[in-house]
Amino acid sequence: MASEAIITVRGLTTGFGKTVVHENLDLDVMRGEVLGVVGASGSGKSVLLRMIVGLLTPRAGQITVLGTDVLAAGSGGIAAVGNRWGVMFQGGALFSSLTVRENIEAPMRERLEIDPATRSALADLRIAMVGLPPTAGDLYPSDLSGGMRKRAGLARALSLDPEILFLDEPTAGLDPIGASEFDALIVALQKALGLTVFLVTHDLDTLHATCDRIAVLADRRVLVTGTMAEMLKVDHPWVHAYFHGPRAHAAQTAQTDQGAA
Amino acid sequence: MATLSDSRAFLDGMGQQSRLDLSGVTILDTAGAWLLVSYQAAGAAAGLGVTLVGASPAQSLLLDTVSAAMPAPRKPARRRPHHRAGDGLARLGAQISAFATSIGESLGFLGLVMARMGWMILHPSRLRVTALVHHMQHAGVNAVPIVALMGFLIGIVLAFQGATQLKQFGAEVFVVDLIAISILRELGILLTAIIVAGRSASAFTAAIGSMKMREEIDAMRVLGLDPIERLVIPRILALVILLPMLGFIANMSGLLGGGLMAWTQLGISPGMFRTQLLNNTDVSHALVGLSKAPVFAVIIGVVGCHQGMLVKGDTESLGRQTSRAVVIAIFMVIVVDALFSIFFSLWGV
Repeated sequence: MASEAIITVRGLTTGFGKTVVHENLDLDVMRGEVLGVVGASGSGKSVLLRMIVGLLTPRAGQITVLGTDVLAAGSGGIAAVGNRWGVMFQGGALFSSLTVRENIEAPMRERLEIDPATRSALADLRIAMVGLPPTAGDLYPSDLSGGMRKRAGLARALSLDPEILFLDEPTAGLDPIGASEFDALIVALQKALGLTVFLVTHDLDTLHATCDRIAVLADRRVLVTGTMAEMLKVDHPWVHAYFHGPRAHAAQTAQTDQGAA
Repeated sequence: MATLSDSRAFLDGMGQQSRLDLSGVTILDTAGAWLLVSYQAAGAAAGLGVTLVGASPAQSLLLDTVSAAMPAPRKPARRRPHHRAGDGLARLGAQISAFATSIGESLGFLGLVMARMGWMILHPSRLRVTALVHHMQHAGVNAVPIVALMGFLIGIVLAFQGATQLKQFGAEVFVVDLIAISILRELGILLTAIIVAGRSASAFTAAIGSMKMREEIDAMRVLGLDPIERLVIPRILALVILLPMLGFIANMSGLLGGGLMAWTQLGISPGMFRTQLLNNTDVSHALVGLSKAPVFAVIIGVVGCHQGMLVKGDTESLGRQTSRAVVIAIFMVIVVDALFSIFFSLWGV
């Protein structure tokens, strides 16, 4: 795997009012990897994601994505680099007044010049790629189940053929079967499209199934990064509790069983 | 790097080939893969197998993924002719019937609220006093400045318009009767109700609607809390208590505005205004006006809360119901005011 950093975060400090969320946080994401970001609730995982895609501004620090300084870029610069990333929010964040197909077409309509027939054919292709039935294209978000909404959100995130995919809790609220299907979908799409994936999650099964590397957010910074095997050896109390808890063992056993089968 | 339309033009220009060499392709995205797979499918439809060679491993993986996901071409939906004779009539009928249904539903909701209210009179300890006071503050007390300002300005307008007309007959002093009767009997309470309908019916719909969207109403039902008792009755009661007071404030500031204008423009001194007011205007006018206030309050509260309960899961419906709440509440207030006028004139009050 090429070790070219596609996202670099340096010295990031953020806070709201008197609360400090991040302090001097450094993080690198390499091209073509799936990086899982974990941390306790309130440790600022989603805030970090929002910071990288330019939705929030930090108090100090530097963020570079695909060679563009996000904080200095201004809205025009963000839009240019924004064509090369896709974001899937936790609940899918689909536009409720548009059908699924129109949701997926929306970024293409806004950013690219393609004729309507091609656009809708490409949207149908994305619908099929994320495993939604063809009939889903004409439905409105309120007609979809939570799992379908997430898939539709993923399809919209992929609609500009991004290089980087940001996923915020992709499997939260899904049933175990749906969640592992979603994990498999992410892995398959990541391989096929050569994506770099920045994944915020709580789900240990997802970490096992999809991530090349894991970054742990604790004590207001990235405490440690490394593979799952390396995580198991870290003896920071929170990290140890996280990766050695009862759920962690179950997830690990499941993964080993799957590997053996 | 070639765009989608360039590549398509290039492929079309070649005509159907049986073999495409991709070894020169450096970057291939999903759209490009889609184009190649479509080209292959078009060839197959024409009875010509197209083989793609020379793709890198990553590219062939992408091509496989895309061709596996390739959706069947969608049949274009059959279009209805745009306009047909009678369409407008049918739409009118549908709207009228929808309107009648929604009035019927609102009446049903009113009945539900009345039944709950009656039950609550028997069990007064069930009343949520904190919620009631909270809504009295928001829907009532906070509306005082706007209602007072509106009353004051209406008084000024009436005095001004009345004066120019009455001057022609030398009957300026009757401007006092004009102001007093029109404000106390009709305008004070009607305009207050319209302002409160705009302020509070929309606020009720938005608050209850967003609770409905976040499943809070369902949670209340599951916990055995009655949403009508907890959410609707405190709001309606707050309006019933405070709308008469707001109406009274509007009346007083209307008289103040009118009196001020009469003094500065017509030379009717405050003392003269007071005498004329007390001699010629019976207190029954004020009572007639204020007697309508509780009815308007119930209309505004019921319509606002009911429309909130009708919100579905999406944000669009929240906006739709909120605007509908304001329209229905104002419309019903005016209709009922007209009915009151007929009733009082038949009664001879």
